[in-house]
Amino acid sequence: MTHPSDPGPAPVLALKDISKSFGAVRALRDVSMELYPGEVHALAGENGAGKSTLIKTLAGVHRPDAGQVLLDGAPVVFHGPGDARDAGIAVIYQEPTLFPDLSIAENIFMGRQPRRALGRIDHKATHSATAALMRRLGVELDPDRPARGLSIADQQIVEIAKALSFDARVLIMDEPTAALTGSEVARLFGVVRTLREQGAAVLFISHRLEEIFQICRQVTTLRDGAWIASEPLEGMTEDDLVRRMVGRDLDELYPKQDVEAGEVALSVRRLTREGVFTDVSFEVRHGEIVGLAGLVGAGRTEVARAVFGIDRWDAGEVEVDGTLLTNGAPSTAMAAGLALVPEDRRAQGLVMDMSIERNIGLTGLRTTVRAGLMDRGAERSRSLDWAVRLQVKYARIADTVNTLSGGNQQKVVLAKWLATGPRVLIVDEPTRGIDVGTKAEVHRLLSELAADGVAVLMISSDLPEILGMADRVLVMHEGRLAAEIPRSEATEETVMAAATGRAAA
Amino acid sequence: MADSSLARAIRGASLKRWDSAVGVLLVVVLLLSFGFVDGFGNGLNLSFLIGNTLPIALVALPMTLLVVSGEIDLSVASTAGLSGAVMGALWNQGMTIEVIIPICLLLGVVCGLINGLLVTRLGLPSLAVTIGTMAAYRGIAQIVLGSDAVTDFPTQYLDFAAGRIGDTFVPYALLPFLVLLAIAVVVLHATPFGRSLFAIGASEEAARFAGLRVKRQKLILFAVTGLTASLTGIFWALHYASARYDNATGLELSVIAAVLLGGIDFDGGKGTLGGAIAGVFLLGALQNVMSLQDVSAQSQIVVTGILLVLSVLGPRVARQVSLARAARAAG
Repeated sequence: MTHPSDPGPAPVLALKDISKSFGAVRALRDVSMELYPGEVHALAGENGAGKSTLIKTLAGVHRPDAGQVLLDGAPVVFHGPGDARDAGIAVIYQEPTLFPDLSIAENIFMGRQPRRALGRIDHKATHSATAALMRRLGVELDPDRPARGLSIADQQIVEIAKALSFDARVLIMDEPTAALTGSEVARLFGVVRTLREQGAAVLFISHRLEEIFQICRQVTTLRDGAWIASEPLEGMTEDDLVRRMVGRDLDELYPKQDVEAGEVALSVRRLTREGVFTDVSFEVRHGEIVGLAGLVGAGRTEVARAVFGIDRWDAGEVEVDGTLLTNGAPSTAMAAGLALVPEDRRAQGLVMDMSIERNIGLTGLRTTVRAGLMDRGAERSRSLDWAVRLQVKYARIADTVNTLSGGNQQKVVLAKWLATGPRVLIVDEPTRGIDVGTKAEVHRLLSELAADGVAVLMISSDLPEILGMADRVLVMHEGRLAAEIPRSEATEETVMAAATGRAAA
Repeated sequence: MADSSLARAIRGASLKRWDSAVGVLLVVVLLLSFGFVDGFGNGLNLSFLIGNTLPIALVALPMTLLVVSGEIDLSVASTAGLSGAVMGALWNQGMTIEVIIPICLLLGVVCGLINGLLVTRLGLPSLAVTIGTMAAYRGIAQIVLGSDAVTDFPTQYLDFAAGRIGDTFVPYALLPFLVLLAIAVVVLHATPFGRSLFAIGASEEAARFAGLRVKRQKLILFAVTGLTASLTGIFWALHYASARYDNATGLELSVIAAVLLGGIDFDGGKGTLGGAIAGVFLLGALQNVMSLQDVSAQSQIVVTGILLVLSVLGPRVARQVSLARAARAAG
């Protein structure tokens, strides 16, 4: 727990034996941690390990039941988020909430704009103060630009600038990279390094382990609310960290089985949706897992949507096991044996206010029917069966899905589609934002499905996932298929080269 | 996580409570009216109450399904008026009522399909579309019948629409309504179609990604709503023995107030037909009591309007209160 390499500075913020319970649930037990100026510190742990509670305790949202928060070595009590902010602690959330119609400068100085005589807002001063903040962060963003239309990455930078305008010395970044593309992550990391050099302490949370190793020096690991370790990352491997987080050896994160590919299951021929993607042709065979890689916006998700029938295509055709699909008709795609686990599980994969049972039941409305009426018994046993097979953790099957963690929600989406007995399964970002334990389970499941003869098309921005799971990798670039790379030749370099248009396809 | 799931549990319970609260309120209002309102309990008044409430109740059946699916139809009263006006005009032309009724019902389906196609094919909001067709259908009704009132429909039809079973206070027309109610309950709460309406209302996008045929189902609902509105228009003209272009004016206000009062969430995805029908008869009973107390028709509309606002507000306030309480409890 002492700081080995750098005995100089004192911790700017420290937690000492913090405990916090909600009813019977002990969210944090005797957790201690120290944040030093000029250091990026990772907070690691599975979903439900207590990371959110810890962040909220630091941010003044929760008050600990026991233990101390020390600011510059002196105990402090935060009565609310305002106290924490005044103490120089700022939280940057995964999805910032800016006012879309206000400019960047107005968002940053919301409610405390510099004034001129008669209380009029001094736009010039607001503008120049914002420009100064942007220079400090080393980014170029026009202060007068409205927040509407900013990418999530830029919105986060605005939030960081806002935090700096409050003289924040401690920045807590809660999964800031979850919705960012590779280049955006690089840009964000540039900003984080700048902050670090300027002496800020950064607490960084991410499910992407390689990012932790890339940007952080220290890591604190939580498991089931308990402190496991605080240690330097130097000399650790990803496997070491995973072991700390899950408390056991993960069999393997990418348990891909070798399967002899069978007949063509999904055939996409010269598919075009004008202005979105052009002339896309590929095949997926039974037993194969085909990765679909590319930068966000390259058209991967759009191809999947069109194949499944959510959007119409303008030219081309799609065949599933010899059946030509109807343009723009998900119900016929389903009948042909196609399933799509969509990218956004909260908006597209699930009806959040509906129960687990009924969400899984939605894909079975044609089968769990007797004499034209819902067969509730059949619906329940179908849902229970799949929830159990996928080891969804829930209290009651009639609970709404918004009570579940992200990983369990994703399992419900998978259950909903596996219950249809698909012959072709398209999964779009199947493990985004879920913890490493569940991620390994999802990968094992996909591998087993392929072994059972299901054709799997896996879209992912997580390159290690693509490389670890796919038999072949298709790469899209600007709406076109740029390359097809066999497993033996697929590396980060070959895939990224194709994704950025640098490869001769 | 613990605090939000607690809040959700309370929220769910408060919606259920709202449902049953309306049922309890209906019973209370009926008991008080029997006890304290002169003339409420006599058979003639009760049959008036039911007869006057039936148009609201009839249109409330498809309206409940429509609101659950996240849509609304404000043109129902105009469709009813148009249907009555066409019925009067064709009767004046000398057609027989047995031919006229199917024509009017078909007309209702067409009115509903126009709404449905504008909403599903062009992606327009149903609130705006049906405000437009509300004006258009009423205008056509006036063109068709002018300011005439047609009253000389065949006696056996008038007797059925206004008559009572034997010596009881129960109108004949209640019986077919009960059959339609039973069908609507089964469709909404026990069929795959009804199940998918809840999913569509709660999240149309997720419903589409689950392969549900969202547009088709909405189109069917609008058509059925038009059909039911036109049936109501026919009933209205016969019940009051008068087909005029302005029949059933303002009916949509009562129907929507009653449905929302019955706990159907205006944002879609939540509610029960039982609650909606309790809301309908609660509103019907209040309107009846106000009439007995010589409250003017204009004032009754004011009360209905206020009820509508309160019934949208009520569940939300209840939800906010329980959320705030849960947040406090979670500390």
